[in-house]
Amino acid sequence: MAGKSEPIATEHVAIHPKAGAIQLALLAVILAGLLLAPQFLYPIFLMKLLAFGLFAAAFNLLLGYTGLLSFGHATFFGGAAYFTAHAVKVWGWPPEAGILLGVLGAAALGLVMGAIAIRRQGIYFAMITLALSQMFFFFCLQAGFTHGEDGIQSVPRGTLFGIFDLSQPMTMYYFVLAVFILGMLIIWRFVNSPFGMILKSIRENEQRAISLGYSVSRYKLGAFVMSAALAGLAGGVKALIFQFATLTDVSWQMSGEVILMTLLGGIGTLAGPVVGAGLVVTLQNYLATSDFPVTIITGVVFMVCVLVFRRGLVGEFFASRLGRRLGFRSES
Amino acid sequence: MTMIFGIPVAALMGQLLVGLINGSFYALLSLGLAVIFGLLRVINFAHGAQYMMGAFAALLLLTVGGVNYWLALILAPLIVGLFGAIIERTMLSRLYQLDHLYGLLFTFGLALAIEGTFRYFYGASGMPYAAPAALTGAVNLGFMFLPIYRGWVVIASLIVCLAVWFMIEKTKLGAYLRAATENPTLVQSFGVNVPLLLTLTYALGAGLAAFAGVLAAPVYQVSPLMGSNLIIIVFAVVVVGGMGSILGAIVTGYMLGVVEGLTKVFYPEASNIVIFVIMAIVLILRPAGLFGKDA
Repeated sequence: MAGKSEPIATEHVAIHPKAGAIQLALLAVILAGLLLAPQFLYPIFLMKLLAFGLFAAAFNLLLGYTGLLSFGHATFFGGAAYFTAHAVKVWGWPPEAGILLGVLGAAALGLVMGAIAIRRQGIYFAMITLALSQMFFFFCLQAGFTHGEDGIQSVPRGTLFGIFDLSQPMTMYYFVLAVFILGMLIIWRFVNSPFGMILKSIRENEQRAISLGYSVSRYKLGAFVMSAALAGLAGGVKALIFQFATLTDVSWQMSGEVILMTLLGGIGTLAGPVVGAGLVVTLQNYLATSDFPVTIITGVVFMVCVLVFRRGLVGEFFASRLGRRLGFRSES
Repeated sequence: MTMIFGIPVAALMGQLLVGLINGSFYALLSLGLAVIFGLLRVINFAHGAQYMMGAFAALLLLTVGGVNYWLALILAPLIVGLFGAIIERTMLSRLYQLDHLYGLLFTFGLALAIEGTFRYFYGASGMPYAAPAALTGAVNLGFMFLPIYRGWVVIASLIVCLAVWFMIEKTKLGAYLRAATENPTLVQSFGVNVPLLLTLTYALGAGLAAFAGVLAAPVYQVSPLMGSNLIIIVFAVVVVGGMGSILGAIVTGYMLGVVEGLTKVFYPEASNIVIFVIMAIVLILRPAGLFGKDA
């Protein structure tokens, strides 16, 4: 959505001859950091960060690369959390099967919501997804298996593939990290596939994409389901990390939070949503102990981002001279 | 007792009235959203927060300033309208050149900030606001008792809705508004101050929300979160009606309120979601909405 409005700097900056190598080195440093992080930081905090990072990246697949603003992604995140928690706790499924169910359930919800919402564009799309996700919220409030206001509590983490005991915090951390990396790889591959290119063309000029013979609705729906499934992956993992699934995860506030993460980090960049998620999660951690309401800060950050900081942190870096010299490019 | 479809008439009429009252709020709020969207192309997510501010303004005017209900019904919309005008002039107006989604995101942030602030100062629990003495009590209509205040809500919202419709469709100012909706550049070149018109329109929408808030204060409790769930339902109402027509927004508001009330009688479990279900069906059958012109 930023594509139409943000003037991109036209001044030519030569890409550094070793830009590719520097990018790879940067990636290696980040990976090493993630591998070593639990030595220095609280594992639950890190796992929360990774889960929300993946959630925001999945959301960005839709907003950043297809130009569709979904205001209902909590449905997929929280819905998957419920499915996984129920399968693992009540049916005694192993964690990998529980998460798979969460992903499939989220994809199915995405198929239904997407099929209805893509009938309108732009602002209407956002309002429709919001309304449908509120409907799912009321469903979760009344359905038996979600246990209403209590949520599904004390969900066992179980044993992954019958080998890895996930109740060990370190084992759990590396499992979450593996899922995160897998999810990011899928997103990266998806964005750079022919399918992803068509999505970007739809974002830039829907009419032209139609005139080129692409059935735009089908591509939009495909992207919607993909984004929902990946959000579900994050939600399923989240249910195992915190060992509960509650109404908070399906509320509209959650849908708003993931938008903020993406906006703050940088719409249309692969790393932006993860950085944004990191910032928001850290902020919430700091404010959790004070009685100052997080929503005031969230709201003000939202307003400031929209008014003066629409590229987000990573987007701003990519657009800077240094960023462009290193060969980075924002997709929106 | 008289029965219709196996339901006591009194219960049916009672829920119909509740539906009409909810419909009155839906109509006032979706009207405000439609007026703002028509000219500014902004979906005002802060509409629910402005509705809540209206109710709080009435409450605070009473408890701090001793201002009565009738005066508050005029003052609260003016206060919130002024607040809206300031927001529009200083911040919102910077976003008109961008993708319309930014307006939605900005007002979403605004809504969070406003609600968070009120929660910080007044807590999350509701506070009662007494209806004025002239409107307390009930009249016996023969088949049911009608609480006078509830009847007043329906009548007041109808009058205001029709007045706004008349102003937009039949007066000179309304003609400017409609012309500016069609082609702002051309209207500006005729010497009409379009930026001022935009500010006034946003203030009018915010004021309408605040008016609804004052009306709602004696019916519901005054609480910081009273607007946030309501606004999502109103969004669904707006999608069903289509934002192309002012009258469409009003009619859809009342209609869906009544449908929701009736659902409470016949199938209570679905009353929370019936409006969303209707929205989904309308989108499948008629994507532009019942009264919508734009696809």
